[in-house]
Amino acid sequence: MTSADREPKLRLRDVGISYGDEVALEGVSFDVFDNEIFGIIGPAGSGKTSLLRALNRMNDFDSSMKVRGSIELDGHDVRTWRNVYSLRQRIGVVFPLPVGLPLSVYENVALSPRLRGIRKKSELDGIVERCLKRAALWDEVKDRLDTLGSLLSGGQQQRLTIARALSQEPEILLLDEFSIAVDPVTTMRIEDVLKSLKEEITIVLVTNLVQQARRLASRTAFILEGELVEVGATEDLFAGGCTDPRTRDYLEGRFG
Amino acid sequence: MFASTERTLKAAKTERVVRRLLLGMTLLLILPVLLILGVLIAKGSPVISFEFLFSKPTNGMTAGGIFPALIGTVWLVVVALLASVPVGVAAAIYLSEYAPDNRLTRLINLAIINLAGVPSIVHALFGLGAFVIFFKFGTSILAASLTLAVMTLPVVIVSTRESLQAVPQAFREACWNMGATRWQTIRKVVLPNAVSGILTGIILEVSRTAGETAPIMFTGAAFFLPFLPEGVLDQTMAMSLHLFVVSTQVPNVPEALPYGVALVLVGMVLVMNAASVGLRTWLRGRRKW
Amino acid sequence: MNSASGKPIDHRSLSWWIDKAVEWTVFLGGFSAIVFIIGIFVFITKEGVGFMGGSFDVGEFFGSIRWNPTSDNRPTYGALALIVGTASVTGLAMIVAVPFSLGAAIYISEFATGRTRETLKVLVELLAAIPSVVWGFIGLTIMNPLIIETFNVPIGLNVLNSGIILGLMAAPIMTTLAEDALKAVPDSYREAAEAMGASRWQVTWRVAIPAGRHGLVAAILLGVGRGFGETMAVLMASGHAINLPTSPFDSVRALTATIAAELGETAVGSDHYQALFTLGILLFVVTFAINLAADVFVRRSDKR
Repeated sequence: MTSADREPKLRLRDVGISYGDEVALEGVSFDVFDNEIFGIIGPAGSGKTSLLRALNRMNDFDSSMKVRGSIELDGHDVRTWRNVYSLRQRIGVVFPLPVGLPLSVYENVALSPRLRGIRKKSELDGIVERCLKRAALWDEVKDRLDTLGSLLSGGQQQRLTIARALSQEPEILLLDEFSIAVDPVTTMRIEDVLKSLKEEITIVLVTNLVQQARRLASRTAFILEGELVEVGATEDLFAGGCTDPRTRDYLEGRFG
Repeated sequence: MFASTERTLKAAKTERVVRRLLLGMTLLLILPVLLILGVLIAKGSPVISFEFLFSKPTNGMTAGGIFPALIGTVWLVVVALLASVPVGVAAAIYLSEYAPDNRLTRLINLAIINLAGVPSIVHALFGLGAFVIFFKFGTSILAASLTLAVMTLPVVIVSTRESLQAVPQAFREACWNMGATRWQTIRKVVLPNAVSGILTGIILEVSRTAGETAPIMFTGAAFFLPFLPEGVLDQTMAMSLHLFVVSTQVPNVPEALPYGVALVLVGMVLVMNAASVGLRTWLRGRRKW
Repeated sequence: MNSASGKPIDHRSLSWWIDKAVEWTVFLGGFSAIVFIIGIFVFITKEGVGFMGGSFDVGEFFGSIRWNPTSDNRPTYGALALIVGTASVTGLAMIVAVPFSLGAAIYISEFATGRTRETLKVLVELLAAIPSVVWGFIGLTIMNPLIIETFNVPIGLNVLNSGIILGLMAAPIMTTLAEDALKAVPDSYREAAEAMGASRWQVTWRVAIPAGRHGLVAAILLGVGRGFGETMAVLMASGHAINLPTSPFDSVRALTATIAAELGETAVGSDHYQALFTLGILLFVVTFAINLAADVFVRRSDKR
């Protein structure tokens, strides 16, 4: 079964984002399928972060941000979703700025399950342990789960943020430059986790590190200055099969 | 080269003079507080005793104690808090967490600033016209407390809003990204971290309310009552009004008596302010992020 | 919209409704501020409107110093002396308070550091905590004899007495707001000047104060508003003579004090009663205007 036969998990058609008069993104269209890691690469400021914020309707909180086009999750337009909170629960997001909530580490990861109605301590314990292990943080905090999340180190807070996203048991995980605040060894560990996670969920990975996209993403999109330059199988792009010369220039490091 | 050195020297000298002058002005401003306290303690403490605090005024208020006034002030403050804190905290939550950036929000903010600026006697007139007459509560603790509540509402709103705003926005966004509703975010992350700031504001409100005289003069407080109030529809005596009465309305009062009343009133107010400041300082030491 | 298992995936859950309910509840709390400020205006106008339609004579009200509402044959409602009384006391208060408040604000904001700054701020706050009736008491018992002795005048309850007291009462507010205005000036402005070798005072005088001037004006305006609206202290310290003051040692009567002194003896609904409410309307309108003006200045200082 080829990609063309499956219904996409996420479908963007002609998506445009602007802040007041300033256009951040224009005419972006691509599909993301179940159980794949989809990479989005491009230099800073191209509009990648705005795109992620539009996916889980965080633009609702910014009155100057206008979103055009259609964004469909499982075939249903995100913009007309009635219960936006249930939408956000199904989408896990990890932004580059690590945020440890001023609750205990345990409560940081137990927050989402609690909000979804899970009360049994044994169940919560299980979720907390599983998510912290997957986020490569368990060993460091297992003896002090009552430490305040907001007082952990930057790298630990970033992994805590990942653990929180995983605790939502999301259908789709969006990662925006997650490795910026994390050391290379931990980055490798998390990349391994992502590789195994893709069997269960869908992952969109925004990254400035083209080699990371090469390692993880099966398909990759290149966004430059608000425009989707091209989308293709990652290996094709890296093997020189780019349809647009700008893509080749970016991959070869001629600008960044 | 030498010219610029001369200029620098002159600037440094000006600076020293100015610095001393400004410090002097600041101290002159603060000095009265200490002097007043000194005088009140010196002339008022002879009167202070257990009986003074716990017995009624006698002999046409030229002797005896201030108990009914103390109790009255407590009544007034408690009822005013019950009315103003829920409304004030709700308003602050709205302004900090829900309000969109539109004209209505600007109007609300303008209304709060104006409410804070209304003269206390105008609040008294409002209380008279609205609570005593229109709503038919009559001159009562209820009418006086509601008048005080409207008057101190801005204090609660502003201090609550400040403590809510002190919680970093990143925390809220992290919760929203997980699908939490605004109320869930407020309940689990924002409010618990703002409660202490809210308490500081409430203590401040209490100290202001206890000292007000004009708003209660025509709405529920009386110069002298033979009995203690038993319900919110009764009238009451109050510390602030009592000071006014014994210093201006009662003939042949021994000199120390009004000083004693003033001392107790100022003591109450300063203790509460100190508590509020202390709480604030203690909080600043307990950083949670 | 249903998932594969048939359960609706986009239904409005309980938490959705709770959030909506909370939103409406807290909105009511916020809106109440508007309700109250309008309510104040409505109720004082309601009680005073009778007078305005009846015995009210604009010329007399604003032009005559004969305020004699209790006279048997011809009650008069000339509020000029009261207005001038308020203005003179407030004016003197500002002359006393503004330089000291600004000086203190500048010192605390630009020169004091760490512990000293915190202590000074706390002391200024304590000044603000003293209730107005206590200030009035001080004016009556301490300032009164002090003025009589120092200046050799017959009475100590006058413009000078209440002016100084009012100044001390308005000072903390002005100091705090002026401090805020100076704090709002970005440090980068100061750093740029310091990099050119300016001393602390030069930085303050040439950079911080001009940059913060709108906020400083707003602080002064709000101090004036405070002075205008003060009741008990003025009632107890300014004397009871209804006349135009010719020197700071004259007794005067302010608008606020008049209401406080006479309201208790009026019958609800009588001309005198309504006239006092009309004085209240005047006070409300003036302080509203002052607050509006202050808001304009604050807005100007934000637009940078």
